[in-house]
Amino acid sequence: MATYQEFIQQNEDRDGVRFSWNLWPSSRLEATRLVVPVSCLFTPLKERPDLPPVQYEPVMCSRANCKAVLNPLCQVDFRAKIWACNFCFQRNPFPPSYAGISEVNQPAELMPQFSTIEYIVQRGPSAPLIFLYVVDTCLEEEDLQALKESLQMSLSLLPPNAFVGLITFGRMVQVHELSCELISKSYVFRGTKDLTSKQIQEMLGLTKPSVAGQPGHPPAPQDAAASCRYEGVATPHLLLSLSELKLFLKVPLFKMAIVSSLIFRFLQPVHKVDMNLTDLLGELQRDPWPVPQGKRPLRSTGVALSVAVGLLEGTFPNTGARVMLFIGGPPTQGPGMVVGDELKTPIRSWHDIQKDNARHLKKATKYYEALANRSAVNGHSIDIYACALDQTGLLEMKCLSNLTGGHIVMGDSFNTSLFKQTFQRVFNKDYNGDFRMAFGGIMEVKTSRELKVCGAIGPCVSLNSKGSCVSENEMGVGGTSQWKVCSLSPSTTLGIYFEVVNQHNAPIPQGGRGAVQFVTQYQHSNTQRRIRVTTIARNWADAQSQIQHIESSFDQEAAAVLMARLGVFRAESEEGPDVLRWLDRQLIRLCQKFGQFNKDDPTSFKLSESLSLYPQFMFHLRRSPFLQVFNNSPDESSYYRHHFVRQDLTQSLIMIQPILYSYSFHGPPEPVLLDSSSILPDRILLMDTFFQLVIYHGETIAQWRKAGYQEMAEYENFKQLLQAPLDDAQEILQTRFPMPRYVDTEHGGSQARFLLSKVNPSQTHNNLYAWGQETGAPILTDDVSLQVFMDHLKKLAVTSSA
Amino acid sequence: MSQQGYVATPPYSQAQPGLGGYQGGFGSAPAQPHYGHYGGAPPPATALLKPPVSSGTGLPPHPGSGPYNPNSQQNGAPMQRYPPATYSQPPQQSYNSMASPAPPPPMQLTNQMGTMNLGNYGPVQSAPSATSPVAQQPFRGPPPPATAQPSMQHQMGPAQPPMQHQMAPAQPPMQHQMAPAQPPMQHQMGPAQPPMQHQMAPPTSMSMGRPFPGPPPPAAPGGFHQPGLGPAGPPGYPQQTGPFMGGHMAGPQPGGFPGGLGPQPGPPQKKLDLDSIPSTTQVIEDDQARHGGQVYSTNIRGQVPPLVTTNFTVQDQGHASPRFIRCTTYSLPCTAELAKQCQVPLACIVKPFARLPNNETPLYLVNHGESGPIRCNRCKAYMCPYMQFIDGGRRYQCAFCSCVNEVPVFYFQHLDHMGRRVDFYERAELSLGSYEMVATLDYCKNNKPPKPPAYIFMIDVSYNNIKSGLVRLICDELKTLLDKLPREDGAESSAIQVGFATYNKTLHFYNVKSSLSQPQMMVVSDMTEMYVPLPDGFLVNFQESRALVCNLLSQIPDMFTDTNESETVFAPIIQAGVEAFKEADCSGKLFVFHSSMPTAEAPGKLKNRDDKKLVNTDKEKTLFQPLKGTYEQLSKDCVAQGCCVDLFLFPNQYVDVATMADVPSHTGGSVFKYNNFQVDTDGEHFLRDLRKEVQKSIGFDAVMRVRTSTGFRATDFFGAIHMNNTTDVEMAAVDCDKVVTVEFKHDDALSEETGAFIQCALLYTTVGGQRRLRILNLGLNCSTHLSELYKSCETDALVNFFAKSAYRAILNQPLKNVRDILVNQTAHMLACYRKNCASASVASQLILPDAMKVFPVYMNSLMKTAPLTGSTELATDERAHQRLAVMAMAVEDTQLLLYPRLIPLHNMDVGSEVSPTPVRCSEERLADGGVFLLENGQALFLWLGQASPPDMIQGLFNVPSLAHLQAHMCVLPELDNPLSKKVRSIINDLLEKRPRSMKLHIVKQKDKPEMMFRQFLVEDKGLHGGTSYLDFLCHVHREIRQLLT
Repeated sequence: MATYQEFIQQNEDRDGVRFSWNLWPSSRLEATRLVVPVSCLFTPLKERPDLPPVQYEPVMCSRANCKAVLNPLCQVDFRAKIWACNFCFQRNPFPPSYAGISEVNQPAELMPQFSTIEYIVQRGPSAPLIFLYVVDTCLEEEDLQALKESLQMSLSLLPPNAFVGLITFGRMVQVHELSCELISKSYVFRGTKDLTSKQIQEMLGLTKPSVAGQPGHPPAPQDAAASCRYEGVATPHLLLSLSELKLFLKVPLFKMAIVSSLIFRFLQPVHKVDMNLTDLLGELQRDPWPVPQGKRPLRSTGVALSVAVGLLEGTFPNTGARVMLFIGGPPTQGPGMVVGDELKTPIRSWHDIQKDNARHLKKATKYYEALANRSAVNGHSIDIYACALDQTGLLEMKCLSNLTGGHIVMGDSFNTSLFKQTFQRVFNKDYNGDFRMAFGGIMEVKTSRELKVCGAIGPCVSLNSKGSCVSENEMGVGGTSQWKVCSLSPSTTLGIYFEVVNQHNAPIPQGGRGAVQFVTQYQHSNTQRRIRVTTIARNWADAQSQIQHIESSFDQEAAAVLMARLGVFRAESEEGPDVLRWLDRQLIRLCQKFGQFNKDDPTSFKLSESLSLYPQFMFHLRRSPFLQVFNNSPDESSYYRHHFVRQDLTQSLIMIQPILYSYSFHGPPEPVLLDSSSILPDRILLMDTFFQLVIYHGETIAQWRKAGYQEMAEYENFKQLLQAPLDDAQEILQTRFPMPRYVDTEHGGSQARFLLSKVNPSQTHNNLYAWGQETGAPILTDDVSLQVFMDHLKKLAVTSSA
Repeated sequence: MSQQGYVATPPYSQAQPGLGGYQGGFGSAPAQPHYGHYGGAPPPATALLKPPVSSGTGLPPHPGSGPYNPNSQQNGAPMQRYPPATYSQPPQQSYNSMASPAPPPPMQLTNQMGTMNLGNYGPVQSAPSATSPVAQQPFRGPPPPATAQPSMQHQMGPAQPPMQHQMAPAQPPMQHQMAPAQPPMQHQMGPAQPPMQHQMAPPTSMSMGRPFPGPPPPAAPGGFHQPGLGPAGPPGYPQQTGPFMGGHMAGPQPGGFPGGLGPQPGPPQKKLDLDSIPSTTQVIEDDQARHGGQVYSTNIRGQVPPLVTTNFTVQDQGHASPRFIRCTTYSLPCTAELAKQCQVPLACIVKPFARLPNNETPLYLVNHGESGPIRCNRCKAYMCPYMQFIDGGRRYQCAFCSCVNEVPVFYFQHLDHMGRRVDFYERAELSLGSYEMVATLDYCKNNKPPKPPAYIFMIDVSYNNIKSGLVRLICDELKTLLDKLPREDGAESSAIQVGFATYNKTLHFYNVKSSLSQPQMMVVSDMTEMYVPLPDGFLVNFQESRALVCNLLSQIPDMFTDTNESETVFAPIIQAGVEAFKEADCSGKLFVFHSSMPTAEAPGKLKNRDDKKLVNTDKEKTLFQPLKGTYEQLSKDCVAQGCCVDLFLFPNQYVDVATMADVPSHTGGSVFKYNNFQVDTDGEHFLRDLRKEVQKSIGFDAVMRVRTSTGFRATDFFGAIHMNNTTDVEMAAVDCDKVVTVEFKHDDALSEETGAFIQCALLYTTVGGQRRLRILNLGLNCSTHLSELYKSCETDALVNFFAKSAYRAILNQPLKNVRDILVNQTAHMLACYRKNCASASVASQLILPDAMKVFPVYMNSLMKTAPLTGSTELATDERAHQRLAVMAMAVEDTQLLLYPRLIPLHNMDVGSEVSPTPVRCSEERLADGGVFLLENGQALFLWLGQASPPDMIQGLFNVPSLAHLQAHMCVLPELDNPLSKKVRSIINDLLEKRPRSMKLHIVKQKDKPEMMFRQFLVEDKGLHGGTSYLDFLCHVHREIRQLLT
């Protein structure tokens, strides 16, 4: 088994891929009987410090509908300089540049260790990165001040050649012109009027050349050229590059020429305007419109976003761009309005939604979905930074980020370290000093002919690319073999689901392997275009004769996350209980398939090691906020789900089943069961749920701490004990994005609920005396404990009627 | 002797109940104690309820006579009906009934002969002049051959001013020509329907003084004064269909006159002696001599004030100053029939914010406390001197509706022995004709106290305005001008807020909130639904935001230096202004500086609809009509918000003024137009206008209601106003130059005793943001005798009314109809006078009522104004502009417009303080060796005769001769010599006095630009058509004779 674990680990490290099954059942029928589909978690931009990109173009299969990239699995005839595509079996000659290859002189992409390889392609000029800040000004003074500071600070974090723009909104939407020296100038839009992209561009003067003469210092084409020169591009080059841009951006040349002279009013290179913009941000005032008693401020989030999307659409289509939306409350007017401005009508709750009582929900969701799709088409991603105590409409707006790969960050206030640090972390850099973000990703999946792709779940949209490897059976976002991921980070992980299509009666030749190739094109944060190709292969196994092998190839962690993603995906459109029922049924079926038991004898039930943890994951998943809406607002649910469907396996698992460390004088810190029995008076617990980081001091520890023993020299060890979880927490806080909510609590503290709600309620007020021990802490809940869950599962699994 | 028409006024020969009534009416007024002396007037309390019956015989026959003690009493001012000067003549004599044969002083007589008898240019210059009118007259209709010989006669008013004695030499023989008094035939004849009238469709309208009723159906042009057709037509008016029907055809027969007035065409007209026809300048001079510098007390009902041109001081003693209200006649006919018969329009011209000279007391402010002004319960008239306190002061009877109201407890006051409140003198509303009242919250919009108004400057920054330098000019000027915003009396600084916006096809708002470090510009491109993008910071206090505003004004011209945007929008920017005011919850004024026709894609987009082919067709009216739709609604929005729009236009071509000026002309705004604006030649001219416009006193968000005593009512209103219903005159703003002309009609018979009362109440917001009521009260006489009416006519006011009604009529009728109507009505008014009031005279004599003797010259001039001239040479925009400008014009301005001042400069006394006396506007008065200044309130010319004295040229221009003079000068060099100083001071005085600035044109005789100048010589033949004064008189005379036959 160890071998499989090593294999899995090795594969993940190298390719960023975790398959649910590492041996594939060789026929469709068998595959469906395995319950958990052949599927994988794929991290397209997994950080590979050991993988320097190659500086040439990939060699592609010449078959028009294949275009698979040359990879180590291909058969190569070095003498004839021919390679055979392992997906379509087309024989392709090598390009002239490969004339020198031989067995001993192989290009990187043919070496097995380069099953993942990255190419830098030189196609056209590099487009700048664009950051468009869309800032809500209906904030409390303190919040606005904090936000302004964060934004000003962020200017120093941006790549100097990146373009920035600023849109502010409240009752009105203002697009700020950045080049004005003496007078700050902005274009104003009414927050209640839904405008088409064309109208927006007209109103911004982006469509007519003569607008160059408009107020301010209109950038003549020379200016535009000058702006580009800062990026090290000489003027003649720019002119040349414009024509290339045309091809690249599919925009008519004349339009580009015009646009290039106009866009500079609203989007400018950071290094050129950082002073101006810093001042501009500094002068930002709270939305000046008076807010009457009993009303919410009028917040035109919908129009602001529409203007932002329209602006980018008109100026930089198909270029990497981030729209960063900062909101301090729900949209209250115009298209995309989530709640009216009357304070007496509260924002929708799950209860309202279930009662079909959320007036604006459908309309607003539809509106934001349309915007998100437009934005996705143009390759622009939208981040939402929502900081408010109440809901801000993330439920309606989540698609903006979900479909475009943007971030959602939710906090209580912009004046919290949670927001400030998270926001700062958006601009984190990797070991090369490049931003951990990539844009305009297009991920394509190619499969060998026994396999078809059903869909993907993650921050992506379908590109509707139908091909031979697309299954009719959709799971997640399906019906395509290409997905657009507008913004990618090294941790962005998609769940990809496959279907074995090989018929039962068409056995696969001995030693045949199924292959999957992921081709991800993207714009690197240093503006290069790159293509990363990952090619993986798995052996086929006959499910009848080799079921044990298949069973042992089961990656229960991956499977749990992949099933959870399916569940979450369903939860977006289905009723919660239905999803739970579906999950339960899958679990039971899996147990029936792989469990060892005597019929109708629950006690005889056993699961092999490779599946043993799986039911426990499912138990916690059922209790998780991804599927349970109880105690969560719709916004919170959306927020949790948003992060769940994009994080990598480790983080996802933490989300499903938080990890709990225990600190005591009895030994080094150890992970303990996420169980109420772990809550002991003389322990300090550190729980990481991904979203929260809870340090819980047991009753005794808390008393000691209160008494101040840690201050005394003779209790130095106590001080160290107290410090240990803090240090560990700090480590997690440093790396996690978004920054988790940090909770330091103790026995009986109100915030202890974070811990109590997560642990398995093995001791509750119902069974406390039955257990009769003073170990652990009872949880006041009616939720079933893992033990009860397992008992039920066993019973159901072994019944013959199921 | 006495038979002469001008002396023996028939009405006086009749019983004069009117005089009795007159007294009765006064008796009811609070000023009655005063009349207590008066032949034992009945106790005041009953006077109103039960007018004392006076036999007429028992009373003094003439109001101007003895019983009025000129210096009597309480009100402290002389009560004379006519200025004492008239007493130099024994007026009673001439006024005594016909029967009394007292001959007027021969001097007077002869004078009149000289002046009146046109036919006898004859005697003076024996050549019959009549031929020429025939040849020249453009009037159609076959003139009976002999009619061409008019003989004129003034109907001398009872108070024939002594000045007339100076007039032309006596012509004693003339008297023989005059027909004996009272030819019975006159009565039989009635005014024959002239053929022209018959061509007009008989409309149903019976309106008398209202020649141009509303928008009449286009198919019924000229629906006015059809006395013969109206059911109520006097029985004496047979409905005649032929021009000269009836056996008693009185038309003069050819050859019937010694003058030998054959209709022979041809010989070029011999110059007639202008002096022999009534002269406006003379009338003005006479009135100035009579009233100039004197105190005019308004203590007598129905007293005719001095002319608008006269300098006099008003003392308010119960009736509103003529500066505030002027009437077309101060004696209303008692019945609708009479009114219809005479066709004299009954109207008053109200100028609520008229400037008062420094020596006149500003209006008192009355505060009735929390309960608000005291008003009649029924008709809601405000407390005024005409309210009659009864029941020991516990109740009062409304003078307007006769309702008896309780006096509120806090307002109670005892009455003195004459039934007058003891606090009479302490309360302005009891003793004065005009005063202000503090309005309570009930009078405010939404029951909230108003905020101070705001001024928004909207500057078109499209290519034209940038290039011409206008934008920089405006911005520079505003920096200093904004310190001079109007403020409340006694206030330290102005409460008016200011805002700035620029626009081309997008609109740019500026945030100049004082807390900002630099101005913020906000661009709004969405023109479909205008809105203001910022709630505060747009409208600011100039003093507080001075630094930012100045910073902004310095930057605006630079910001747009490189613009090449030539398209503009217009309606949206006004909408934006309205929204800004709405947002700020205040009223205010928009100053729009606009260059071109708004062609950008936006609401209110205009296109060129200037079609010269329409001139002189039935469709010509469309050139004057504004486009419907956007602008109509915009006007309503503006008025609802109290947003006044001032439009400064700087066009280089047609901009459709008719439509663009629609909003200003409904919101109390003004339109200024500077064609082909150039900073160096027009800059100062424009800035003078701008300064006046910014600084003038003004009230906002105003509603005016005109209440009248029973028997008549206000029926029509002219002005830069908006009417939502038939009674409330809504004005977004009303400034010191804006007037509302109100027309009255009879509801019922009026009583001679009680007279008629008018109360104009104007509710408005002051520049300091206070809600006030301005109340103007006026009492008029009523008479059953037309002669009273004619005697009390005010020509300038009449002309003001006619100008406005004609200018409104051209929106709906062909110009020709309108002109015909004007001629006909003129003729009719005069014919009626002649028929009913003048003593019998030869038909060939033209007899004019004294008060209206220069009426024809104005009417003729009116018909020669650009809007009423169907000439393709005149720019459509000019015509539309002038039409609109006149609609809200004051009496003095229409007077000046229609009779410009022609001031000779070459023979003045340079050392004297006074400016030279104007001469008649006729080419004849020009002299080759002369230098003249001509102004009409719109244009200003310095005319240099070919043979102007070189020393004058040197003195004025510092060049040796005319030939050295630069072309296109528009300002006199500042030279240090008496002549230059004097002339410049005259010009500056004029510019100061007039509501608008005028651009100085310097024209040399026989130069091309002289044409422009010539069109203002209104007594001459018009450049673009239109007759000379003399020809017009002849024509009118002919019409009159036709009417009388």
